[in-house]
Amino acid sequence: MTTTNFEPTGTPGRNAAINPAIAMSPTAGLPEGRVGNRSRAGLAEKISVRNLDFYYDGYRALKDISLPLYDRQVTAFIGPSGCGKSTLLRILNRMYDLYPKQKATGEVLLDGNNILSPKQDLNLLRARVGMVFQKPTPFPMSIYDNIAFGVRLYEKLSKSEMNDRIEYSLRRAALWDEVKDKLRQNGMSLSGGQQQRLCIARAIAVKPSVLLLDEPTSALDPISTAKCEELVDELRSDYCIAIVTHNMQQAARVSNFTAFMYLGELIEFGDTESIFTNPAKEKTSEYITGRFG
Amino acid sequence: MTEIALDLSEDVTVLRRARRQRLQDVAFRTATLFFAVLVLLILGGVAVALIDGAMPAIRAFGVGFVTTEVWNPVTDQFGALAPIYGTLVTAAIAMLVGIPVSFGIALFITEMCPTWLKRPLGIAIELLAGIPSIIYGIWGLFVFAPFMQSTVQPFLIDTVGQLPVLENIFMGPPYGIGVLTAGLILGIMVLPFITSITRDVFETVPPMVRESAYGLGATTWEVVWNVVLPYTRTGVVGGVMLGLGRALGETMAVTFVIGNAHRISSSILAPGTTISASIANEFTEAVGDVYTSALIAMGLILFFITFVVLSAAKFMLIRLQRKAGA
Repeated sequence: MTTTNFEPTGTPGRNAAINPAIAMSPTAGLPEGRVGNRSRAGLAEKISVRNLDFYYDGYRALKDISLPLYDRQVTAFIGPSGCGKSTLLRILNRMYDLYPKQKATGEVLLDGNNILSPKQDLNLLRARVGMVFQKPTPFPMSIYDNIAFGVRLYEKLSKSEMNDRIEYSLRRAALWDEVKDKLRQNGMSLSGGQQQRLCIARAIAVKPSVLLLDEPTSALDPISTAKCEELVDELRSDYCIAIVTHNMQQAARVSNFTAFMYLGELIEFGDTESIFTNPAKEKTSEYITGRFG
Repeated sequence: MTEIALDLSEDVTVLRRARRQRLQDVAFRTATLFFAVLVLLILGGVAVALIDGAMPAIRAFGVGFVTTEVWNPVTDQFGALAPIYGTLVTAAIAMLVGIPVSFGIALFITEMCPTWLKRPLGIAIELLAGIPSIIYGIWGLFVFAPFMQSTVQPFLIDTVGQLPVLENIFMGPPYGIGVLTAGLILGIMVLPFITSITRDVFETVPPMVRESAYGLGATTWEVVWNVVLPYTRTGVVGGVMLGLGRALGETMAVTFVIGNAHRISSSILAPGTTISASIANEFTEAVGDVYTSALIAMGLILFFITFVVLSAAKFMLIRLQRKAGA
């Protein structure tokens, strides 16, 4: 365990100001530890992962992971296939609970509450922690209903409120102009890139506070990818975002913080600038320069 | 090796092999086409044979054959209304019982079942499908019908049988055998078919789509009702239709427990008959052309009913798809 020398920042409010230094990050070349501490001052810790282990039927897939996910920041998870990035993401909304013989130990605090506790209501948790998958997963219903589906589960909106919510979500997902005239059309009739943005809109519509993106652009063409990246950039101002990606440039482009994982361990966590320009660990440096992985 | 691409055009053995492969391909295509056409030929042959065999009855009774209830071999008066009615009612009861139970089983296996129970359940369902219908018949006659007579039917007569409109449907002495008993047995018989097909199509829903719905905070029921079922609509309807086809045509088990009475009663506790049951029962004793022909004509009607049911299902699917797409 290495550079995760963060301090729990007390009880962070959701509206903690963002340090402008993060966005600019004129920090290249400075020692990682110092940069880390300085740039994280004033950030609210939305999720704290502490000493997390994960087992698939006895196989230890994650080993003692500890790291923070800050509110209104994008955290990228990079690492070779099978290193546990997606597994970690699926713990944050307890998606693994759908399957038998999978088990997590340790603590994952969301706003200070341990979501791994058996008392955690899974449906409420998942309504608060939205997720978007590798491949677009529109439901077999109209574009309108695709988005309304999640909203209807927890809110009773009037027709006009629902229309507003749907327009809002589609606008946030940069899809409104393309679909506003065909909201009644089946969501599966859209192109792959549009479908993925529909899925993002669907996730936003239920007003979550955390967004988990599991390789959201791996099945998309470059133009759709660029649109999705812009979208992530845009959404950063309201959500705590975690993104798993195999594309190093993407991680560098969209994230404020980067976690490098290898064989189930967190090798290095820090602000993206330092990870990519001045990694503290040999392994990280090897991976981002493409010497393995 | 300096040459990279081999020049094959001159090589005699290569040319010969290419020619042989072409011929094989043509032969293969012709053979599969032949088998496909064979299906149409058999279907057409069955239809022609039925129509041909039914002609004497059609000539003798005309449309009245399907609208009259009289079935009197002595006077050579035949009307198929009672068997048609019995066929439709028993199939409806079977579907009413079979569909919800099958869906429940299939959903439990795909969505909620602990891994260790999945295989035993799957095997049990397949075994249930493999039981010959004659066994359902004797079980129905010797075990199920007495149970119906002593327990279920008296209970129905005493409870729902006392209500204003329902008293017509649940009245009369508890015979044990009858339309309801036959319908319930059919329900049990179609259950494994509908279950195994719906289970298979439920499993075609990509895990990611399922997870997306759970990821929005949906409960298992909401995921099943709003995502899994719409996603698998075509396959589910197919499974139900297969079950319905079996329920309409099932002969042996029904013959054992339905009572074989050519009459229409408002009560489903009363004995009745179905098309296939009367054909099976009476074919050996059918003397005279008209009697035999009347039985064949009923076969033609069953053929027609099945055809209509399947077409209706296809039509419904097309409409559903259009509704979902537009």
